[in-house]
Amino acid sequence: MIMKFLEAVGRRADGVVNATGSMAIMLGQAVMFAFVPPVKLRNIFKQMSFVGVESVYVVILTGTFTGMVLALQSFNALKRFGAESLVSPTVALSMARELGPVLTGLMVTGRAGSAMATELGTMRLTEQIDALVTMAVNPVRYLVTPRVIAGVTMFPLLTIIADFSGVVGGYVVGVKFLGINSAVYTGRIMDFVTVHDIFYGLKKSLVFGVITATVACFHGFYAKGGAEGVGRAATGSVVMGSILILMSDYLLSSLMTY
Amino acid sequence: MIKIIDLKKSFQGRDVLDGVNLTIEKGKITVIIGRSGEGKSVLIKHIIGLMKPDSGRILIDGDDMTALRERELNEVRKRFGMLFQGAALFDSMTVAENIGFPLVEHTNLDDEEVLKIVGEKLRRVGLEGVESLMPAQLSGGMKKRVGLARAIVMDPEIVLFDEPTSELDPVMSDSIADLVLETQQALHTTYAVITHDITLAYKIADRIAMLHGGRIIEEGSVEEMKSNENPIVRQFLEGRAQGPLKAY
Ligand SMILES: Nc1ncnc2c1ncn2[C@@H]1O[C@H](COP(=O)(O)OP(=O)(O)OP(=O)(O)O)[C@@H](O)[C@H]1O
Ligand SMILES: [Mg+2]
Repeated sequence: MIMKFLEAVGRRADGVVNATGSMAIMLGQAVMFAFVPPVKLRNIFKQMSFVGVESVYVVILTGTFTGMVLALQSFNALKRFGAESLVSPTVALSMARELGPVLTGLMVTGRAGSAMATELGTMRLTEQIDALVTMAVNPVRYLVTPRVIAGVTMFPLLTIIADFSGVVGGYVVGVKFLGINSAVYTGRIMDFVTVHDIFYGLKKSLVFGVITATVACFHGFYAKGGAEGVGRAATGSVVMGSILILMSDYLLSSLMTY
Repeated sequence: MIKIIDLKKSFQGRDVLDGVNLTIEKGKITVIIGRSGEGKSVLIKHIIGLMKPDSGRILIDGDDMTALRERELNEVRKRFGMLFQGAALFDSMTVAENIGFPLVEHTNLDDEEVLKIVGEKLRRVGLEGVESLMPAQLSGGMKKRVGLARAIVMDPEIVLFDEPTSELDPVMSDSIADLVLETQQALHTTYAVITHDITLAYKIADRIAMLHGGRIIEEGSVEEMKSNENPIVRQFLEGRAQGPLKAY
């Protein structure tokens, strides 16, 4: 009984280690191809637009409502100490250091990551990836590299948008609904939030971009078993991507000291 | 010349290829026949290095495809054109982009020249004015023909066709047969063609080889195959339900 359980855990762990290893290899190849010509800009721009431009709407909504709820909650808490003026730095710091990058990462994994896994999974099962190989085109170079580049470049940009939306959402609630002085709201942000705080979050988002693209491409690339397999690749990439984002967020927070 | 030597491949313990020996002569058309599920597509995927065999070798003008590294494999692959059984068109690209893809990737031709070649190849397969359509807008037979056009767009030395006429009407099939014969005569293209279409096989084949039970059981010219006494070959070529081959 216990042996069986341990065996099952072992097999599972073995699978995770294997997948992580293969994913690291795929990422390594994708990065290498990013620096070896010929680099096709067209594919990169297409992916950037898909990951970046088409996620703006979702990211603005996420950022705004998060900022709004942060303002509301921190106002209720800070009021007890008569420190309502600290609402805006609370919102801005939370957004810049944590919620901006993490929520952007989770939303874009759900939106773009699942779509990438579906697209590549379909290409695998309809032999389009094999067709690339027969035409002497490396599928990692052609499919994975542009997506990783799009993730690395677009996640930080989206995070800035999320941060800004959060602060604006907080402003609406704090100033318009709860009566904080407008000059105090903006002034306190200037006092307390530094460029370091913003970069701190952007560094994280860069890592989340790599994670999302790599996990999604990996799941799509190795999809098998018809339409159901494509579905499994999509859900698998979202679950794994989200968990890796949250785990690496903790890891990065504990490594980066300020 | 392609020489397949004692090629073996099994999936989940089931031997699909069990010692295939076959020579595909340069500049000749070799037709491979065999029942559904016998491993014809698996065999053709080994030739271009998409699958790795469990054992055996595939020599392309002396280069062993099973031993080459990725970079060297790609050099050999540039001499090939392949049509997949399901056409395998890129569904995010237009017909023109699909056919022009190998040219864009491997030559320095400008867009105009690429489009000109694409138009030519489309006419060769009996399609015109479909350049800007997406694969999803095409019928099965049209997809097949776009796949054919893509396979021959680089004027490859060696062409692998997996059931080129399976979704075409008889008239179109015959014009594909003419296309194969013309390119073979004009460019001395080597063809390996998988087909169930016996009419096509008789019209184009220099050699016919029958894959059965994981091996090539009989091989010969059209005349030799027509007079072959092997009951399995007889039943297959005559398309009878009665005989050593069972329908279930
Ligand atoms: N990637 C794979 N994994 C596992 N089994 C496979 C794989 N590819 C093919 N097979 C198995 O190998 C056998 C031969 O398949 P193949 O597609 O080569 O048949 P075929 O001769 O081309 O048939 P058809 O005429 O129907 O196209 C089948 O039983 C198939 O299930
Ligand atoms: Mg087949």
